[in-house]
Amino acid sequence: MNTAKTIELAYYALLREQRGLSSEKRATSAMTARELYLELKEEFGFNLQMEDLKVAINGDFADNDMPIHDGDTVVFIPPVTGG
Amino acid sequence: MMFKIFVNPLEKMDLQSPFSNSEAGGFVSFEGWVRSENEGRHVMALEYEAYAELAEKEGERILIEARDKFDIIEARCGHRVGRLQLGDMAVWVGVSAAHRNEAFQACRYVIDEVKRRVPIWKKEYYKNGDSGWLCPVEGYAHSPPERDGGSTSTA
Repeated sequence: MNTAKTIELAYYALLREQRGLSSEKRATSAMTARELYLELKEEFGFNLQMEDLKVAINGDFADNDMPIHDGDTVVFIPPVTGG
Repeated sequence: MMFKIFVNPLEKMDLQSPFSNSEAGGFVSFEGWVRSENEGRHVMALEYEAYAELAEKEGERILIEARDKFDIIEARCGHRVGRLQLGDMAVWVGVSAAHRNEAFQACRYVIDEVKRRVPIWKKEYYKNGDSGWLCPVEGYAHSPPERDGGSTSTA
């Protein structure tokens, strides 16, 4: 089974600064949001743990272990500090 | 849209004006302001960043929850993004109700849930030139541990 897919990523706040980008397209074979984050963390040295983050897929909150599909937009959400 | 992200300064009169309603017996608002001290450090300015699409969606859910939980007439909230100076208003919540108790409770619920759930982030700029995104995670230091010299916290 070919699991290659292209994901749109958007970064905010701490992750945006650590990545040095607001958004990018990325080819990945990660099956879930969690796998994708571990891949990014390894490559870009993000220091937040998956457990500290929430995930949004296509504009709404999703489970970390939700499968991701070709063309999805994925956002990893650092702990929020508004207000 | 009852929950809105603002790029420009929050104007309380504009925010409050939709509330005129003859059924309301009371109106409660909360304003969050940029303050000069946080955890013993001298703050000079703040920057807020939002994932606006999801922030407005989640904020709207919170306002709907407030209406479901409390006997209120209307609830609205505005949150600033961008660079703010000391004393600027960062967030505004307004609630009208027939009676004050429900208005106070709902206002408290909205600001607490906004702080807990809405994807907005705050970066602090300190007097000593440091800056950093606040990050309430165990063991995560967002900026160098040393304090700037002028702080004399008595807390």
